[in-house]
Order: sequence, then C-alpha cells, then structure tokens
Amino acid sequence: MIQDIKTQLAEMNLDGNRNCWTDRLQAIRPEELEKELQNPAGRYTIDRLVRLLSPAAKDFLEPMARQAQALTIQRFGKTIALYAPLYVSNVCVNSCVYCGYNRHTKFQRTRLSIEQALAEADVIASEGFRDILLVSGEDVSFITVEYLAGLAQKLRDKFSSISLEIYPMSRQQYQQLFDAGIEGVTLYQETYDRQLYAQYHPAGPKRDYDHRLESPDHFSAAGMRRIGLGVLLGLADWRLETLALAQHAAYLMKKYWRSAVSFSFPRLRPATCVTEQWPYLVGDADLVQMMLALRLCFADAGIVLSTRERAQLRDHLVNLCVTRISAGSKTNPGGYTSDDPTGRQFEIADDRPPAQIAEKIRSIGREAVWKDWDRAFCDGQGVI
Amino acid sequence: MDKLIIAGKEFESRLFIGTGKFASNQIMAKAISASGTQMVTVALRRVDIDNPNDNLLAAIDRRKYLLLPNTSGARDAAEAVRLARLARAATGIAWIKLEVTPDPYYLLPDGEETLKAAAELVKDGFVVLPYINADPILAKKLQDIGTATVMPLAAPIGSNKGLKTRDAIEIIIEQAIVPVVVDAGLGAPSHAAEAMEMGADAVLVNTAVAAAADPVAAAQAFKLAVQAGRLAYLSGLAGQSKQANASSPLTGFLRNE
Repeated sequence: MIQDIKTQLAEMNLDGNRNCWTDRLQAIRPEELEKELQNPAGRYTIDRLVRLLSPAAKDFLEPMARQAQALTIQRFGKTIALYAPLYVSNVCVNSCVYCGYNRHTKFQRTRLSIEQALAEADVIASEGFRDILLVSGEDVSFITVEYLAGLAQKLRDKFSSISLEIYPMSRQQYQQLFDAGIEGVTLYQETYDRQLYAQYHPAGPKRDYDHRLESPDHFSAAGMRRIGLGVLLGLADWRLETLALAQHAAYLMKKYWRSAVSFSFPRLRPATCVTEQWPYLVGDADLVQMMLALRLCFADAGIVLSTRERAQLRDHLVNLCVTRISAGSKTNPGGYTSDDPTGRQFEIADDRPPAQIAEKIRSIGREAVWKDWDRAFCDGQGVI
Repeated sequence: MDKLIIAGKEFESRLFIGTGKFASNQIMAKAISASGTQMVTVALRRVDIDNPNDNLLAAIDRRKYLLLPNTSGARDAAEAVRLARLARAATGIAWIKLEVTPDPYYLLPDGEETLKAAAELVKDGFVVLPYINADPILAKKLQDIGTATVMPLAAPIGSNKGLKTRDAIEIIIEQAIVPVVVDAGLGAPSHAAEAMEMGADAVLVNTAVAAAADPVAAAQAFKLAVQAGRLAYLSGLAGQSKQANASSPLTGFLRNE
C-alpha cells in the first residue's frame, strides 16, 4: 500500500516547517555533487534531488545540462511538441492575491459561448495546432461539465488531443470529461506550503489546500493519461517547492502507473492590477537548475514551457530538456479572434507566431511535433 | 544474402527502422535511405494517416518502403484494435505493428492485452507483428493464433542497453516457427550484429539511429552490422568452447588399448 500524498508530505515536513530541508540543502558540498553526477541519470530519490537542487549545484549546471540534454534526446527524441491554450472564461470566484482573475479585480470579464470558443479553436487549428488546452477561471456556474464535454466533442474533429487546466472537480466529473474525449488535466498546487497557501488564497473554494492536493488523484483515477503538475514560481522558496512537487509526482507515477506526469514551470508575471513585489521570485539560473534537477530525477517526465517566458530563454531551454511548449498563446478569452488584450491572465513574453517558433525549433535541431496523439484513442466503444 | 519472408512478402533487408525521434523529416528520409531498409514503422498517433500530405508520411517513399503503422500509446487491446482498424480503413494497409504499452515510462508491453488484440486482428485479416517481452511462451501463443512475426524486446525502448534479454530471446529463436524480429533497446550496431549472429531474423532500430549525432552514418553502420551478423549466422560460426579439445581425458584410454 502506498501512503496518500497528504500524509507523505506531512510526515516528510514538505507541507510546512521546512527548515530541516533548507539546512540539508545548504549543507551539500561540491564533492557530493561530483559523486551524484556519476550515478545513472533519470532515477528519483529525494536525496539525489536535494543534491541537485542545492546551492552547491549552481556550479555544476553545465555538466547537469549535458546529462539532461542527452537523456531528453534519448527518451523523447529530437522533437518538441507544440500546443495552444484556449481561454474560455476569466470569471473567477477565487481571490488568489497573485492572479489577474482575482474576483476583486475590476475589469470586463468574458465568457465564451460554445460557438465563440469554436471560432477561437478554428484560428488555433488554422495555425497548425492539433493539441489544445482548455483554460478557465473557477467559473462553476458557466464552465460546467456539460459545457466542457460539449465543447470537447465538437473539438474532436479538429484536435487529436484535448486537455484541461481549470478548477478541481470530483472524480465522477473527471470521468464524464474523460469519456467526452478529454485526456489530460493540468492542476498546479501553486504552493505546497500550507501556511503560505492560506495567505495567498484568502477566500473562495480554492482556500481548501487538501482538496486541491488530492485532485490529481481524482483525475488520474478517472483515467486521464496526462497529469500536469507545477507550482507557481515566486510564491515560496523554489527549492523547497521542487522537493514537494517531486514527491507528489513520484507518488502519482507509482499509484497511477498508466498515466504520464509532466512538469510546468509558471513564473509569476505582471498581470492586470497585480503589481506587488514578490519575495521569492525565481531567476533564470534558478529556473534552469530546477528543470535540470527534475529531468535528472525523472527521465520520462514531460517538461512544459509556456509563453510566459521570453523568446530567447525559451529557445535555449528547448535545447536542454523541454519537451512541450505553447506558442502563439492568447491568455484572454476571445483573444484569437480579436485584438483587444483586455482580461489577459498574464502578459505574453514570447509573442512570435507559431510558424516562426516552429522554424526556430527546426534551426535548433528539433522537429516541431504538432500531433502526438490520436482521437481514435478517445472514441467510444461503438467504433469497434 | 538470403531473403526474409514475412506473411509471404520478401525483404532483402533485415533491418526495420522506426521514425519517432528524428530532428527533421529530411534527416529521417536520408537515414532511412542509408539504412537500406524496406520496412519503416510509423506511430499512428504521430501522423494523419489518411492525409498523404502529412509531413512525416510524405517523407517516406511508399514505393520503396513498406509502411508499417504501429499502435504506440495504446493502453489496452481495445484501443490497439481500434487504431489498427482506423489505419486500415484510411490507407488500405493491413499490416500492423501491435504495441500495447500501458506504462508510459518504460513502455513495456502488456502480454495479456497484446495476445487479446492479436487474436482479434488476425481474425480480422490483419498481418500482425506484435511487440512483446522476451517471453517464449507468449511468443508461442502468438504464433499459434497466427501472428506474422514475434518482436521480443532486447531492453526497454530507448534504453540503448543492448541484448539484456539474451537468454530468453535465444529460446524464442530456437522454438519459433515465425520470423523473430528483435525490437527495442538495441543501442549500437554491435548489439544488432549480436542479435543477428544468434539467429534473429531481423532487428528494429529507432532511437540509436535518430538520437545519434549523425543519424545517416549511424543508419549505414546498422545496415552493415545487420548484414555482418546475418552472414556470420549463416556461416555456421565455429562457436566457442570453454575447454581445450586437443586431448580426450575421459575417453583417451580407448585409443591406448
């Protein structure tokens, strides 16, 4: 029997009181890194991850990058998968203090009807995408299971893979969505630190840390093939967050062994009316260290990068260990069919058109993969 | 060299090439050409099988190479069967490389589901080439129900570890009545040569070629290794002996009498 993730994190002091981990990270010496990098790349133990995340490992980024690049090419090939997000609503009942969709923020909110969403999807499909991610604020009265299932069924003609990044649901609801052809769910815990989590999420259903933590169990049990995990970088110490994130991933990989876990790396960006200074912002070198450390512990995990990051950095990361990127993203509902930028969740730092990004990927020596799934996987039993 | 025959079709080359991991379709096309292969496998999930202008499909000259669709990504028999049928409906290709790999990390094949899917596809008229663990009993059950080959793995896909399952593959080769194609895990031409020397009928390579710094040169190296291995097998190598053969310590007395 595998212990549930809530108990694991609590017993390991990864959901709070994390000073013991800070001490361990600080104590790592360069000799330990040299030895660690002799071990086979791609297997997770928390001790290995502590070494790779330690401040001492900062001086080993180049050898770590070489191993990470070789391992990524071996397991994923010289390919980068492309996807696009489709924002369907920026109405939200939550009050996350870092988010532009915060219910207290005053701006013109937008909800897309199914027809409007399909018009957006047409633009996305015309750019070559076959892999689409549906994104929404916690808009439970409008973005219902029926809405999502209905939209998914209409999208299946044009897209070979449909996944979700929305509020947590019940296992039964996820089951309905899986049956409608949605095959992946991304859900960030934002921060694994309970105390900080409470500060950042003062009101709304998202206040419930445990419900969010257990949601990946619910959608994995419902059969979702792709499990997307991440923390919002900037909310807490990134090294401690990565330890908790990795433990969560390792748990899900063991328990739901038919599904594939991927990691995303959203960094806090300026958003509508969110201008505060954040104490834990993550620099480029930190971000690279986090990605490399996770790759060197999880050989087969997807590593996903959004257009939050600027073009130049993305081009370098694609050559290291990234496996999947978004392109041409509009982070406001209706953004693909209109030029009005009002209501974006975050600012886009890489606004190159998808074709240009694909060309850049090729020039780096990778094939841009638009299709890596088939709707035949999701068709109901009736087809046979 | 002697020809390989699968389901009545003759092949000069005993090297099959996978297509998933190349840096570009142009490099893939050149590597395929350099390998001398006549059978190229393509993941149905990666292509629009019914679209002849699909970038990957367009890079494979169907007059020169038999296109072998595979069911990569299928988690169970039902999904694999569905994929195979849709592919055949779209293209007319009735050959299928059957892969049922419920674990997305090591991509190890599910023998139980593979057997179930194979039975259904054979009954439905497919030429079935199943990817399996190096399990001699499963190989026999599959050939009994009429698969065209068996394709035991040398090591997990993409691991480049070589013939880790050597002993079990030896048994499969010894007992098989269908061609044995060693699939997955061959990381170097020497691994491919080793499999061919053992008597494998063919090998399938993807990662070792696609992930090489120069995939075209690697493809050519595999071509030569497969030819060398086959020739060595046919030559009836003298084999190895752990003992010296010069004297006859146990029966020499017979001659002294």
